[in-house]
Amino acid sequence: MSAELFSVFYQFADVFAFLILSAAGLAIVFGMMGVINMAHGEFIMCGAYVTVGLVNLGVPLPIAQILAAVTAGIIGMIVELLIVRRFYKRPLDSLLATWGLSLIVTQSMLLIVGSAVRGIGTPEGSFAIGGYTFSTYRLVLFGAAVAVLAGLYIIFMKTRFGVVARATMQNAAMAKALGARTGRIYSISFGIGTALAGLCGALYAPTMTLIPTMGATFVVESFVTVVIGGANVLLGTAPAAVFLAMIRMALNASYGQIIGQIGMLFAVILIIRVLPEGLSSVLVRRGR
Amino acid sequence: MNSGRIVGMVLFAAVLGTAAIGSAQAAEPPLKVGLLEDVSGDLAFMGMPKLHGSQLAVEEINKSGGILGRQIELIHLDPQGDNARYQEFGRRLLNRDKVDVLIGGITSASREALRPIVDRTTTPYFYTNQYEGGVCDASMVSMGAVPEQQFSTLIPWMVQKFGKKVYVIAADYNFGQISAEWNRKIMKDLGGEVVGEEFIPLGVSQFAQTIQNIQKAKPDWLLTINVGAAQDSFFEQAAAANLNLPMGSSIKVMLGFEHKRFKPPALNNMHATANWFEEIDTPEANDFKKRWHAKFPDELYINDMGYNAYNALYMYKALVEKAKSTKLDDMRKVIASGDACIDAPEGKVCIDPKSQHTSHRMRLISVGPKHEVTVEKDYGTIQPYWLGEIGCDLTKKNDKDQYTPSHLPSKS
Repeated sequence: MSAELFSVFYQFADVFAFLILSAAGLAIVFGMMGVINMAHGEFIMCGAYVTVGLVNLGVPLPIAQILAAVTAGIIGMIVELLIVRRFYKRPLDSLLATWGLSLIVTQSMLLIVGSAVRGIGTPEGSFAIGGYTFSTYRLVLFGAAVAVLAGLYIIFMKTRFGVVARATMQNAAMAKALGARTGRIYSISFGIGTALAGLCGALYAPTMTLIPTMGATFVVESFVTVVIGGANVLLGTAPAAVFLAMIRMALNASYGQIIGQIGMLFAVILIIRVLPEGLSSVLVRRGR
Repeated sequence: MNSGRIVGMVLFAAVLGTAAIGSAQAAEPPLKVGLLEDVSGDLAFMGMPKLHGSQLAVEEINKSGGILGRQIELIHLDPQGDNARYQEFGRRLLNRDKVDVLIGGITSASREALRPIVDRTTTPYFYTNQYEGGVCDASMVSMGAVPEQQFSTLIPWMVQKFGKKVYVIAADYNFGQISAEWNRKIMKDLGGEVVGEEFIPLGVSQFAQTIQNIQKAKPDWLLTINVGAAQDSFFEQAAAANLNLPMGSSIKVMLGFEHKRFKPPALNNMHATANWFEEIDTPEANDFKKRWHAKFPDELYINDMGYNAYNALYMYKALVEKAKSTKLDDMRKVIASGDACIDAPEGKVCIDPKSQHTSHRMRLISVGPKHEVTVEKDYGTIQPYWLGEIGCDLTKKNDKDQYTPSHLPSKS
């Protein structure tokens, strides 16, 4: 019985980690800043490729993963400076610009790095409970997802940067009038968002096939999580991930992956219909 | 200017003119080969060797004098794994470029998207993948292996070696669904049991739940017919969770070269039946591999699709030269005579007149813990017999249909 219970928790943790890690970066870039970043998946891919490249050079996996996230963050800040900055008041144009960027990056990676890269293998370690065996690394992913949420909470709720950033997102003109350097705030926020996308790719790199279009497998989940979560990263994205993970896990377990995917997307449609502002609109109101 | 000189000039011009016409007749226009292979998108890693195989064959044939003295012009378009683009590009090659032959397509979905368009023309179409079998269509020649060559060999071997309970993980489209149907039929005949079947949408990359469903069902072995880079992540995740079950497949190793793409031992204990895999060690195969790697030194693996694509051009050459014509009807007369054979790197392969599918030398291969590939059993040449047995006879009737164990020709 305890094996069954643990298995349910493990499956929930697995889907939850996937949703949180793939959506965290987008929650900042799209949820807070309002930039529809269609290249989100390519930042994830960037994190994965940098990780694998560094591991092949002999860098230990955890360090490679951190460096990969940092790389994605720096590239994100450059992209913000060169492209995204021009589109803050034109969200639909930002969609086109970042989508174009995503196509260029995917195809360039295909031409430069090739169509497939040899994987690095998941770190050893599995454990058995009852009749089931589990990969330890999947629990590391869950831990990382929780750590990302905690980190975001601290950055945006407990630091001076967080206060200024939230003020800038709510009313940029007023924040600027009060002396906030909004340009820099936007740049750093976008950088944090893409660094988290890179971290997602870095963490999943050992468990997946690396191809230039791999980001696409994350994008649907990340967008639906952010959309039903609403604008607030912590009070939206996290509950949205819990909610979607429960639905998906239950349906996956009983009816298989197809029904799991259909059911999750169906739930998303229902929520958007009932709560167009996302889950955080309800939760934030309650909180006041 | 005197009149003699004018007459001379006119004569000279006339001679030049005839000479020009004469030379145009001598050097005939090239044969146009239309090729549709994905070299970008989710399946690019499989499509790239297909393009390379075609390029290598075209280069070799052109160097040795072409087909009936005509050079080959290869027109390759990249449909990027998109079935709508397959149709659009297929129409473009057939109707605008007026290619003499159409080759290509990776997934069975793309082939079925193309086939009705090909059927409206009189252009021959070569499909170069192994697949779930059953297409009875006079316009199509299938170069790859089919279930009676792959599943009828592999599944009994797996049952005998590992046990009667199988769990199936299949991609959720026609290839996965029909392959799973083949497995059910063969397992029933063997008195085995399918303890679970899971169809996975293309693009899904997370398998923790699937792994647990498998452990709950307690199968003796797995049939893995998952497709594409995302779904291949299953192997890494199953290995990390220490699932440790024997696996069988009709597409792994020789087609997706997962044993080269994943770190050992993710593919340990995988078994497959194949007409080609790069590890084949015969003089003909080694010579072929040497030529390939000389032209494409960066190729990670020569997969069976790439190999079949290479053979398709030689088969086309053989058919055209025996028919002395590029017309589909004339080529089909050669096929009907049972004389459509080539000496391929695997050995002699022939097209079966009734189904227009290809005979193959089949071997059962196993992957070890260090991802080394060993040949477990050599079945010799196996004919693509199933379509003929159930009543498809293209020499008499063009069904233009795809049959499966549950969809057989109506008895009329």
